[in-house]
This record gives sequence, structure tokens and C-alpha cells, in this order.
Amino acid sequence: MLALDVILHRLQRGCQTMSYPDGPAPALPDRHGGALRVDAAKCAESCDACLPVCPTKAISRPALGPVVLDLGQCIFCAACVQACPTKAITQTNDHRLAVRRREDLLLGSPGQEELRLASALDDQLRRLFGRSLRLRQVSAGGCNACEADTNVLGTIGWDLGRFGIQFVASPRHADGLLITGPVSKNMELALRKTYEAVPEPKLVIAVGACAIAGGPFIGHSQINNGAGAVVPVDLFIPGCPPHPLTILDGLLRLLGRLGQP
Amino acid sequence: MTAPILFAPVANGMSLPWLDVPEWPTAQFVAGTSAELNRGARLCAWFGVPEGNTARLVAVLAYDADNTLAVARSTPFNGSYPSLTRTHPQAHLFEREVWEQHALKPEGHPWLKPVRKSNGLAPAHADFFRVEGREIHEVAVGPVHAGVIEPGHFRFQCNGEEVLHLEIALGYQHRGIEEALPGGPHPATMSQMETIAGDTSIGHATSYAMVMEALAGTEAPLRAQWLRAIALELERLANHTGDLGALANDVAFLPTSSACGKLRGDFLNLTGLMCGNRFGRGLVRPGGARHDLEPARSGAFLEKLHPALKDVEQAAAWLWDSNSVRVRFEATGTVHTERANAIGLVGVAARASGLVRDVRFDHPAGWHRFAQSPVAVWPTGDVFARAKVRGLEIQRSGVFLEEQLAGAPEGVIHSELPAPAPDTLAVALVEGWRGEICHVALTDAAGRFRRYKICDPSFHNWTGLALALRGQAISDFPLCNKSFNLSYCGFDL
Repeated sequence: MLALDVILHRLQRGCQTMSYPDGPAPALPDRHGGALRVDAAKCAESCDACLPVCPTKAISRPALGPVVLDLGQCIFCAACVQACPTKAITQTNDHRLAVRRREDLLLGSPGQEELRLASALDDQLRRLFGRSLRLRQVSAGGCNACEADTNVLGTIGWDLGRFGIQFVASPRHADGLLITGPVSKNMELALRKTYEAVPEPKLVIAVGACAIAGGPFIGHSQINNGAGAVVPVDLFIPGCPPHPLTILDGLLRLLGRLGQP
Repeated sequence: MTAPILFAPVANGMSLPWLDVPEWPTAQFVAGTSAELNRGARLCAWFGVPEGNTARLVAVLAYDADNTLAVARSTPFNGSYPSLTRTHPQAHLFEREVWEQHALKPEGHPWLKPVRKSNGLAPAHADFFRVEGREIHEVAVGPVHAGVIEPGHFRFQCNGEEVLHLEIALGYQHRGIEEALPGGPHPATMSQMETIAGDTSIGHATSYAMVMEALAGTEAPLRAQWLRAIALELERLANHTGDLGALANDVAFLPTSSACGKLRGDFLNLTGLMCGNRFGRGLVRPGGARHDLEPARSGAFLEKLHPALKDVEQAAAWLWDSNSVRVRFEATGTVHTERANAIGLVGVAARASGLVRDVRFDHPAGWHRFAQSPVAVWPTGDVFARAKVRGLEIQRSGVFLEEQLAGAPEGVIHSELPAPAPDTLAVALVEGWRGEICHVALTDAAGRFRRYKICDPSFHNWTGLALALRGQAISDFPLCNKSFNLSYCGFDL
């Protein structure tokens, strides 16, 4: 009996939606590593062991001072963590990665060992979007993993709808865009048109290393090295792809729906 | 009548010197390829290799029943050659691609137009096939779609609700992966291989690793091959489970849809348990693997795998048992066996059209030489068949994982690779969850990449979706589309 079987299954399972953010956040896989941290004090002068191992050239060394790690360009392979002889670059296991300004992803200077987490929208925008945010997703030249983990937020475990956040089918119905991919040249026009079709005031959220800085494809002539080259971005969520928890944290942080971090 | 030995044999995951790849005048090369296809070979790859101001063609064929591959090349030339597509439709996109990349024109190709590049402002700025008539209307969709989906452009020629013809224009995800490879491997190459198609990171990374190992004249340690096989089946489980859920969702059958959405995440989390990344980034590396599945981790893995497999079995059973689902799945979006064979379908779509075609079985390499699963085939070619093959493969991948986790080979998981051999061609095929992934590398005198060809299964299969729509109601497009669930980025590269 199909109907009975289905109902029984539902009863046995109960509510499968996680209690986060009221309860604890689900654990990241132990090998995930989360956000990175750069301890300037530990970074040895004249050492550049981390520079050549970075696949996306996210690490640079200014003439003076410690290395600069750009978490927007980082794809979190942790090759630098393994390469650093003085443990100046370490993993924090922190899932929280979203920032409001691009420069808040630059790590290395004293006092900027870690990224500067996103602040909430101002009161006026929070009144508008805080309990009801409709987003149009634009996929623009990535690998479809950021899209996949954005879709995960719609499953019963995460249930994005309980926060009043929803993906809509038309930019005309949207309060903002959630952009994935480096914005290929072939998608640039479509992204511009979609952006223009969203009524003001509007938000732009860049999800993943590609949408922030081009990801693994940085520097290719076929792409734009991120959404910021085409439209103004209000929230950056790093990762390759970001864990669904990281994306959700970013969205809730922007809307001021999380208690103080 | 026996054709001359036009092709050199090569096994999956092996290499041969470029000079040993037989070279033929173009007309003879095309005719010879045609003859081999006539006697049952299949086109795995067909691409150009630049040679100064000219280019030459290379063909990689698969003889599935004989478990061998074969390669040959043409002499360098400019201008045109007699199109293979006229007699073998499976070549049609390959020939368009070669025309776009090397300006070698397939003379007599019935529908020659760009594959990915901009022609004006966006990829779809080209002529579309039109059906004329007072009752005919055209529906254009994309590149931005209604859901959280990759971009592509679809043109339907409709008579009322009936689709007479669908043309699919892609290229929006083009980010220059192949163009970046000559002179490589570069520091970003491994990450780019893992992001050819993000849902197939393990499949493409394994193909790349196999190519590098073939060029180095060695193979990865056995335990690494075992780890790759486990990750590959896990990737299949996650995606097939997600697809069953998405198919259920498209016919408004929520029990399976809700259950599978969650279960897909459980399988992704198992990949996360192996290497930290839910898509398997950072696990496979040329020369082996980067993370091990130690006994304690393997135990935790099995503990989570069992209930997930049990649940997905049940959620799938609801689909097969529900009349409302079957009536929507059956006889919808049918691709018959002959047509599937003619257009060169691979993977789930091919097996759902009755073709016994599976790299793990036909061209076993790596761990699949020691451990195999039966090939899952269903004859009807419709949405039901594509769902059913996924259901069967979920069962078989589950059994495979449980068997393999019970008896792991011991040893190291990585060994340093010798330098790639110069002037050598290597071929690697992997049965990704969508189907056959083919990577071909050709090195220069210094052992760097001279040409690297990537063929995602979606490249073979998008035409299958277009043909499945003929005679269908346009409202069935989402369902047919989900039943193929092809990759835009894997196609666009």
C-alpha cells in the first residue's frame, strides 16, 4: 500500500528540518577546514613557500610585510596550509565566510588575521527584505556546484522558505540577484539585462570563488573574473563551492537574522 | 572485404607515441573512419590538432564489444573535408566544434553553425531551424532559466502544444578550459579539471589523473585506484538520487522528491567525509589520491551509508508503485534504440534506450579491472527508462560500495609521477554518472601539453534530448530535460 507506506515513513522520520539557527549549526566535515587565518607574526620573512602552490594565485607578498591571502580568490584547497613551514596560514574550521566588502576578504596585515564578517543591511532595507527576500539566481559560467549547493537550501533539511527567502522565476518578481560563476563573456549581456529587470532597491549576492574573483578560471580571456566587474555586489560568500551552511549563514547575516556572532 | 589497418589500437588509460598513430591523407582518413563506424565502432572523440597554419584531424574510436579503443590521424590540411556527419550523425557536433576551433570545414554538413563561441553578442546569435506555417509558433527560452539552473537557450517549433522541433544553443558557460591547456599542466589545471562539471568532479579528475599517469608510463597505487572507484560510485549515488527526486518533483510527486533531496545530501556528505569537500574536490590527484579512508573513517562511512541506501531504495520504490507517476513517465520523451545508436548516446541515456554501453564494463581501467557491477539496461527509451536505469544503478553502486569497503587493498595512496613522456598521446575513459568521460592528451617535445581534448558525456547526449522532444507536448519539456539532466558547463568547457 503506497499511501500507507509513505505516511508511515513520514511519521517515523518526524520533522527533518534542522534546528539551526536556533539550535547548533550542523558540523562541517572534519577535513573541510572552514575559513583560513593568516598570522602575520608567524609569517617568516624571505619565505615564499605558499606562493607557488596556490592554484589561483590568491597569495601575494608585498615588498614589505607578511603575505596577503585573498579569501575571495581562494578555492580552499589548503595547499598553502600544508606548505607553510611556520604555520602562519591555518584552518579555523569556521563555516562563517560572508563579507560585505571585497577588501574584507584580504588577510595578512596585523589586525586582519581573519576575514571581517558581513554586517546586516541598514534598517530601511531590513524592514523591506528582513522577513521576505525574493532572489533570482543567475548562473554565469561556473561549474554548477555553487548552484547545486544553493539548491540544497531548498531541501527539507535546510528549508530556506522558513526564513522568507525564496528563489523566483523572474527578475521582475525579485528583490535581488544571487550570482554564481565568474560571469563568462557569453553571459555578460544576459546578466546585465537580468540585473536591469530587477526593481529598485535591489541586492546582489556573489556566491563562490568564481563569482567573487573568477575562481579556478581567473585570468581567462573568456570570463570577467567575477560578478563585481559587471554589477555592484552587496554580499560575497567565498568557497569552491561554499558549504550550504556557509551560504545560509551569509544570507541570514545580511538580513540581520542571526544573533550576534 | 577487409579495410586496411587504418587505426592503431590503444587500451583505456594507456598511451602511445604520436609517431605510432597512423597518419592518412584526409579523404582516406574520413572514409576509413566511416568504414570503422559502419562495422560497429563508436566515436569517442574527433578533434583537431594545430600544425602551424594548418591542422590535422584525430579520431578516437571505441570497439565496445572488443574492449579496445583505436586512434588515427589525418595529414595536416587547410580548407574542407568530406563531412562524416552525412553518413554518421554521431559526428555532427564534433565536426561543428572542429570547424569552430580550427576552421576545417566539413563539406556537406547539414547544419554547420558555432558550438560555443560568441557570434555577435551571445552564443545564440545564429540562425535557428524554423518550421514554417500559419499554425506554427516558436517558443524561445533562456539563457537565464526559471530555476537555479545553468544557462542555455532553447528554441521550440510548435504546432499548438506539440513540439515539432527543438534546437538547443549552448556556450554561455564557456570559460576557456581547453584553450588554457596547451603548454600545461599549469598550477590551476587540476582545479579546472575538477570544475569542468562540478557535479562530476571525481569523474573528470580521475580521467585527468589517468591521462597523466599514462603519459608517465605508470599507474596510481592500487589503494588510490580503490579510493577513486569508491568516490566515483558515491558521485553516481548522489546524482542519481537527486535526479530521481527532481523527476518526482516535476510530476508533483512529493514523497520521493522530499526524501531524495535530503538523501542526495547524505551521499554528498559521505564524499565530504572522505576529503572534506562534498563534491570531492582535492581527493583525486595524478599519482594517486590525497586523502585516505582509514579503518575508523571507513567504519563511520558504512554506518551512514546503510540507512541512506535503505531509504533511497524505499523512495525509489514509491515512484515505480505510483500509477500517477508511471502514467507521466511512460512513453514520454522516447528515444528508440536505433536512433540512440545513430546519434552516439552514452551513459544512462544510452542504457535507457537498450544499448549495453558502460565504460566500467566495456573498457575497464583502474579498480574496475578487479571489481565490476552488472550493466543496468532498460529497453523503452522513455522518461521511465531513464529513471529506472538510475534506480537500478543506485542499487548496484550501493552493493559495490558495501562490497568494496569490506575488503580494501593496503598500501600507499600516492606515488610521485615521473615526467610526462614527450610526443605521446594518452587516452582515458571513465564512466561518470552521466556517462562516458573522454580525455585525450598529446604532449610536445618537452612533455608539455600540445593539445588536450575533453569530451563530457553531455556533448554526446544533448542531441538525444532534442530528439526526445519531437512529438511531445511542450509542457513535458521539464520532465524530459530532467530525465537526461545534462551538463551545460561540461559541454561548454
